[in-house]
Amino acid sequence: MKEELLLSCSDLTVRFGGLTALDALELEVRAGEILGLIGPNGSGKTTFFNVITGIYRAAAGRVLFLNDELTAMTPQRIYGAGITRTFQRSRLALPLSVFDNLMIGNHRLLHHGLWFNLFRRSALRKEIEENLARARALVATFSARLAQRMFDAAGTFSMIDRRRIEICRALVSEPRLLLLDEPSAGMTLEETRELMDDLLAVRSRLPCLSIVIIEHEMGVIERVCGRCAVLNYGRKISEGAYAQIAADPQVQAAYLGTD
Amino acid sequence: MTLLRAEALPGLAAIAALTGYAALFLHAESQAAVLGLVALAAIGVPLLARLGWISRASTSLDKNKAGARIAIAMALGAIVVLFYDQHFVMLMIASVLLYTVACLGLTVQFGYAGVVNFAGAAFLGVGGYAAAKLAPHLPHALVLLVGGALAALVGSILLLPILRTRGHYAALITVAFGLLFRTFIEVNDSLGGPQGLQVKGMSLFGWDLNSSLGAVSFYTNYAIVALGLAAGAFVLVRRLERSWVGLSLDAVRLDETACAVFGIDVARWKILAFTFGNFFAGVAGAVYAMMTGFVAPNSFTFGDSLILVSIVLLGGLGNPWGVALAASIVLVLPEKLQALQEYRFLLYAVLVILVLLVRPAGLVPRRAREYFSR
Repeated sequence: MKEELLLSCSDLTVRFGGLTALDALELEVRAGEILGLIGPNGSGKTTFFNVITGIYRAAAGRVLFLNDELTAMTPQRIYGAGITRTFQRSRLALPLSVFDNLMIGNHRLLHHGLWFNLFRRSALRKEIEENLARARALVATFSARLAQRMFDAAGTFSMIDRRRIEICRALVSEPRLLLLDEPSAGMTLEETRELMDDLLAVRSRLPCLSIVIIEHEMGVIERVCGRCAVLNYGRKISEGAYAQIAADPQVQAAYLGTD
Repeated sequence: MTLLRAEALPGLAAIAALTGYAALFLHAESQAAVLGLVALAAIGVPLLARLGWISRASTSLDKNKAGARIAIAMALGAIVVLFYDQHFVMLMIASVLLYTVACLGLTVQFGYAGVVNFAGAAFLGVGGYAAAKLAPHLPHALVLLVGGALAALVGSILLLPILRTRGHYAALITVAFGLLFRTFIEVNDSLGGPQGLQVKGMSLFGWDLNSSLGAVSFYTNYAIVALGLAAGAFVLVRRLERSWVGLSLDAVRLDETACAVFGIDVARWKILAFTFGNFFAGVAGAVYAMMTGFVAPNSFTFGDSLILVSIVLLGGLGNPWGVALAASIVLVLPEKLQALQEYRFLLYAVLVILVLLVRPAGLVPRRAREYFSR
């Protein structure tokens, strides 16, 4: 039985001047899977995330997410449709608290009317308290210590904690698709292992959530991804289970070069 | 009663000391006395901070908010009782309060949404000219609202270019607008040209603010109205900050790309902050014009806009208390130090540079958002 398709790209092309960053990419993400996206530097992985989330415009091709055509949508509407992400270089609001950062990610579920926020203070208070409890519970699955410090500035935390905050910010609005851009960058193997454990723990409670993860650490990919896609020069050169793509001579050539 | 608990004492002592200092400062006539008081603050405040007294006072005030409010009201009352018959002092106090209102508006724009506004004085001016033209025809409470609304409306001319630019470029647009505004007034005869216009004194619900009882300065009336406005603006800005709106504005200032990815409509929040801020400036300008009885293009120069920006920076970007403190320092100091009058811009420049060097976050740095006191 074929699993339900969540996202499918066809002929997706992104160009920067003369450079073709994504070249007629065909890629599918199924509901509930963890897809690993790998490839050498500059192969178009982050560009793929940027075009899915509406930061870059596609020069050609289509991206279908459930029933929405994403290439014509603004980043705001794409978020509303249920796609969130983390960034390769952390983009947390460092002067703001952990809770504030999570609530930036929770924008979709909050009331933003000026009248509501200024004059319906008791309703606002209730909303804040509910969201605080929810955010704290989510953060606690990653780190109980972090959950005790919800009102400390994000900038006061270590790299691994900032990653956790960033992942929680992407998860708090309960997206259908989570895009993780190199979550292990700059972390030790031990820290990476810990982070992946936490991520798998969260996922076990959200069976509908699909994750696409860009990663250079092959151990991580092998452990968490059901399926992998390999990009090189903006094209997909291989796709399949980890063992399958690791044995693919084209993939080996892309990573190690040909002689 | 909470007012009398031991833990409340450091905070109440601080308010009392601050009030005493302000009274002495306002009372001081001779240059030597004023300089002495400035030196006392320059040495005393860092010393108290080092001894940990300032943080003790501020924690104590945090724990005893109701008591702090009563104490602040009493302090303001004491100042009024001491100086109610002195035109000059009451004019200064009213001006500080009105500048606080305008700078609270700038705080929303600059401190929260990150939209720098170097045309603050022009928006004060819009309010002032609205008051000059409308005061003879409309009830004055309405004039204040219309003054604010007109400032917000005139500001909306700038929205399109501001939304299409960022950082320095957006700032330059506001600089240009400030200069244009002044030129526009100067060449416009129906607005009085370079000579300006007379403005009718304010009368609210039958209360003529320009008349006064016995020895009470009529500026005391304006100071009371200005205090009411400042308190209202203060509450609104605090509520705004401690809400999802304040959070969205902060997010817009810190990272527009991250905002977009999490559904935050950058343009919407910039428009809201800019309009909100200009409204405050317009209301303050209308009251200021009715108080001084006069508006002229020379009161709304680029230099005046810089004063507004320096108050916001000096106080601590995004902190309403800092705005009130900085407005007092920036407006009162040159009035008291007559020798400095001619060099006041130099003084502002030195103050801002010193503060940015020594305390980059301002005199009273903004704290993490608390939403509701927990």
